[in-house]
Amino acid sequence: MKKKTIKDLEEMATRIRQHVITMIGKAGSGHPGGSLSCVDVVTTLYFYKMQHNPEDPNWEDRDRFVLCKGHAAPTLYAVLAESGYFPVEELTRLRTGGSMLQGHPDKNRTPGIEVSSGSLGQGLSVANGMAIAAKLNHKGYRIYALIGDGECDEGQIWEAAMAASHYKLDNITAIIDRNGLQIDGPTEKIMSLEPLADKWRAFGWEVMEIDGHHIDEIISALDRAEKIKGRPTVIIAHIIKGKGISFMEWKAEFHGKAPNKEELEHALIELDK
Amino acid sequence: MTDLKSTRDAYGEVLIELGKDNEDIVVLDADLAVSTQTSKFAEKFPERFFDVGCAEQNLIGTAAGLAAGGKIPFASTYAIFATGRAWEQIRSVIAHDRLNVKIVASHAGLTNSPDGASHQSLEDIALMRVIPNMTVIVPADAIEAKKAINAVVEYYGPVYIRLNRVKTPVIFDHNYNFSIYKAVTLTEGEDLGIIATGSMVANALQAADLLKKREITARVINMHTIKPIDKEIILRAARETGAIVTVEEHSINGGLGSAVAEILTEEMPVPMRRVGVKDRFGQSGRYEELLKEYGLNAGHIAKVAEDLFNKKDGG
Repeated sequence: MKKKTIKDLEEMATRIRQHVITMIGKAGSGHPGGSLSCVDVVTTLYFYKMQHNPEDPNWEDRDRFVLCKGHAAPTLYAVLAESGYFPVEELTRLRTGGSMLQGHPDKNRTPGIEVSSGSLGQGLSVANGMAIAAKLNHKGYRIYALIGDGECDEGQIWEAAMAASHYKLDNITAIIDRNGLQIDGPTEKIMSLEPLADKWRAFGWEVMEIDGHHIDEIISALDRAEKIKGRPTVIIAHIIKGKGISFMEWKAEFHGKAPNKEELEHALIELDK
Repeated sequence: MTDLKSTRDAYGEVLIELGKDNEDIVVLDADLAVSTQTSKFAEKFPERFFDVGCAEQNLIGTAAGLAAGGKIPFASTYAIFATGRAWEQIRSVIAHDRLNVKIVASHAGLTNSPDGASHQSLEDIALMRVIPNMTVIVPADAIEAKKAINAVVEYYGPVYIRLNRVKTPVIFDHNYNFSIYKAVTLTEGEDLGIIATGSMVANALQAADLLKKREITARVINMHTIKPIDKEIILRAARETGAIVTVEEHSINGGLGSAVAEILTEEMPVPMRRVGVKDRFGQSGRYEELLKEYGLNAGHIAKVAEDLFNKKDGG
């Protein structure tokens, strides 16, 4: 795939946001907050960083993306559709009967999904297994795992974090969507995560912190992660939940609530500017 | 005298044989490798063995990722931890995505007798049987365990295999033919059918001997695969004998007895009894003592069968 410029990526991210908000609005349910938050990261992964082939989703040497925070499925679906895994028109069928686009990622139904997810805390373990398989198979592909910050409450994340550094899985880049909100409220009020970077460092990971909405910062962190040897890398991406739509930004209530018709119109007007 | 051997010992041996021929086989454990016998594979093929420490959820998740990467992972720990601690990981990823993971868990039933309730597993068959796409196999002896493990390498998809800690009688010889889909009739009999699984197959055979002395002929069936279950052999036994007893070293709720009852009630209701652990937790003790306490010895199986037979004929 031809490498995109930062401007191209920003334009694509806006298009992905339009898809996301339209899909969720039409479906009448979903998670706009946590989907919008990670758009810049996921767009940069699929349109800049990852080696993948929409014509051949199972191409052996592809980089793997694991959406641990499965509720951000609309973002992944929009990115897969824009990449060419399936027609963009499919996006209108999100969460409807018989649709290939389930409420949470379903490997059996959607081309381009590596593993089903939705139940939190499990994806990093799966990424570890994929990373070990890559090493056993002498393959150079990388595993990218996008983890929610609220998801870090799950014990299994830390089991997997321990194992990834124990097994020196330097072919894993984990990205944490550090938007500071979980369903019940601010992460630091519900269950304190800070000092989050120190925790990952203590578990043996290379840690970077970036602004998760600056494409150039995302690019340089992803590029740098590839060069770190002997340990896995985590990028803590400071992100605004609901990013791009003023009345959704920083709002926990839009974690799991679809916009109504008026809100959807407002959102699309804002994204059009 | 009958040979005695545990199914976990058979597992340790067969893994090495399989590992030699098939580079895709990888083995994972959660800090119980010496107990589950995966340590033998670890010694031979250290580069293909992964101990994740006592972290069962990560054990199962990592196995899922290895399968997604084209490997054939065998994931082992004690039965209660594999199926209980990591149940939702098995359900939502491995079974949902039909990943080629073989969960081979040992110390099932009461066979981890000294450790007591926390380490015994009387619920694992029920927990695995309820999950779509899952195959559930309970080998009756060391030979069947080896054959079953060979068979599941040829089968693509998630499998749960239940193994024991204690040495149990070897029932089969090396010519024994194992097929996942076909249960095995071990004795012919017309008065009632005894459908048993795992360690209880040997006890069911002993019970059939006791019944013979009382002029009752029991047809003993080895139901090694609980899911998908061999429905034909169950219905044939019900039709031809008119009464069925199930025997399992597991809770009577949700295991073999339930599976058989589900089929019989819908398709051929006949008098039936379930021998198993009656909605209780295990406890510490000598294995033989526990079998007696929980009504799993041959004498008790024969008594239940005889009572049922008398009811059947007496009306």
